[in-house]
Amino acid sequence: MSAPSAPRVVVVGAGPAGVRAAQALVEAGLRPVVIDEGRRDGGQIYRRQPEGFTRGYAKLYGSEAPKAEALHRDFDALRGKVDYRSETLAWNLTPGELHTVRAGEPQVLPFDALLVCSGATDRLAPVNGWHRAGCYSLGAAQIALKAQACAIGSKVVFLGSGPLLYLVAAQYVQAGAQVAAVLDTAPARPPLAALAGLLARPRLALRGLQLIRQLRRAGVALRKGVRPLEILGSDEHGVAGVSVFDAHGDVQRFDCDAVGLGWHLRAETQLADLARCEFAFEPTSRQWLPRLDEDGRSSTPGVYLAGDGARILGADGAEAAGRLAALAALSDLGHAPGRALYQSQHADLRRTLATMDRFRRGLALAFPWPQAQFAGLPDQAVVCRCEAVTAGELRRCVDQTGSREVNRAKAFSRVGMGRCQGRYCGHAAAEIIAHACRLPVEDVGRLRAQAPVKPLPMDTREVLS
Amino acid sequence: MPADSPTARFVRLAETGRPKLALRIDGRPAEALEGDTLLVALLSHGRRVRDSEFGDGARAGFCLMGACQDCWVWRENGERLRACSTVVEAGMAVLTRPPADYWPMTPDLAAHLSRAGGES
Ligand SMILES: Cc1cc2nc3c(=O)[nH]c(=O)nc-3n(C[C@H](O)[C@H](O)[C@H](O)COP(=O)(O)OP(=O)(O)OC[C@H]3O[C@@H](n4cnc5c(N)ncnc54)[C@H](O)[C@@H]3O)c2cc1C
Repeated sequence: MSAPSAPRVVVVGAGPAGVRAAQALVEAGLRPVVIDEGRRDGGQIYRRQPEGFTRGYAKLYGSEAPKAEALHRDFDALRGKVDYRSETLAWNLTPGELHTVRAGEPQVLPFDALLVCSGATDRLAPVNGWHRAGCYSLGAAQIALKAQACAIGSKVVFLGSGPLLYLVAAQYVQAGAQVAAVLDTAPARPPLAALAGLLARPRLALRGLQLIRQLRRAGVALRKGVRPLEILGSDEHGVAGVSVFDAHGDVQRFDCDAVGLGWHLRAETQLADLARCEFAFEPTSRQWLPRLDEDGRSSTPGVYLAGDGARILGADGAEAAGRLAALAALSDLGHAPGRALYQSQHADLRRTLATMDRFRRGLALAFPWPQAQFAGLPDQAVVCRCEAVTAGELRRCVDQTGSREVNRAKAFSRVGMGRCQGRYCGHAAAEIIAHACRLPVEDVGRLRAQAPVKPLPMDTREVLS
Repeated sequence: MPADSPTARFVRLAETGRPKLALRIDGRPAEALEGDTLLVALLSHGRRVRDSEFGDGARAGFCLMGACQDCWVWRENGERLRACSTVVEAGMAVLTRPPADYWPMTPDLAAHLSRAGGES
């Protein structure tokens, strides 16, 4: 039990980063609040299937089964020692206060330190026809399988780039789904700098190669260096195929009734944004990320960021970052046991994170964001799926209003104003705007987050107003 | 089994031994398995979850993790549900199109629906 004067620490997220943060706080004698909007802990990679499902760890998590089991076991052991609030959304942040809502019930949580471990979502680039029913994010394809034992269709094409592309395709094959093709926009030969980064974690790099061999053995068509043309089909009936230019510039068509689409991940940075953390453009991955020090301190005192919500370092990196940020927070608060743990552990944790960061750079170079693809996106292609705003409308808006900044272009075109708040169109919209006004993408800025970070149920809004 | 139906978008690959639940989709009786999300229940019967309000056709969800907001449907009483993060309950009655010409619900419409036998 913590003393009445114990610092109030709140953790957002019960994925690998949040769980390890909570564990460190408990070790130091605190009883932190842990908020997660999911029904169960585990986060994305170690997502738990619902009660009543029977697949074992090996089947669900493959080579990562022991880590998944350890994380779940450790969080189960923390249950009586943390104030865990599942199905609770952190929807706003004001100085020193986190605003949450659970089942329509709002609650404000004052904090001395906040650990934001909010994870990532898929990073999407629009492809003509991607608004059609049956086109899902890559992560969605994996969630359908992990959490519901379903495939997103009877014949699936995976299109995009990044490690998840091959992983999810292989998981589909193993589970007995039919995978028509894996189409990767990354060039067949990664640059040397990418290889140097990937060798920071040789075991993981090797596993990637094994996945590719596994897919090849299963007879799945694998293409690298493709340029997407269209998700074929009709608006009424949905996806019927995918067409791409292959590496030789020839058009190839693959029939399917579902597509898993994605280009690696983007950090969920809305809460950091609402905390007024400074952001900086990260050129390797071409995304804006909150500024952090080595331990996870943001530019806003009392606000710490860890895991994929701050840097896409993967699950092992998230575990280390969660622990380090929690100990740094305690040390900053002058909490003696926390400071002792921080002093004995921070050097090792920082070293682990440095290795993860080299690997991250390697991945970003080997599976790059398809920045050259946006100039050729046809005018009729939907960019914003929420409001069905097309590339042509966005370009016209830039021309006619002279909007050279994303938030301004958003106000005129509605791109990024929809229900997903630009999570799935924001990065692409910035590229299209930058191309239309011939500016480097970092010069057109980034979409700023607004509260609520996700839509609230109607009745909550009534309570609040 | 929904999995064998040619009209189902999703294909069940395992965990099919769970107890069955009855629900109603667009007024018609339907079956789901305990632990299914509403999205899975809908796509084990059909190929769409809703229509885009911007006229660009059917939608069937996108992110499955509560981020894209592209899978909101309605209960027969007009309450909105995000299909990917809602667990199916026995007796649930959902609509993939808005419950009436006007939305949100007015008290009149609620009274009308309950008189018309819209109990779930
Ligand atoms: C869909 C998807 C699938 C992935 N699959 C793999 C994989 O198979 N293998 C792999 O190596 N990596 C995978 N990754 C990457 C992997 O998820 C991460 O490396 C790892 O899970 C990061 O851990 P984390 O704790 O930082 O975030 P996460 O595990 O994403 O956990 C973040 C948690 O925060 C919660 N949260 C976020 N915002 C709020 C809020 N405002 N209010 C309340 N709760 C909130 C979320 O519900 C979530 O549970 C995947 C990522 C995604 C997005």
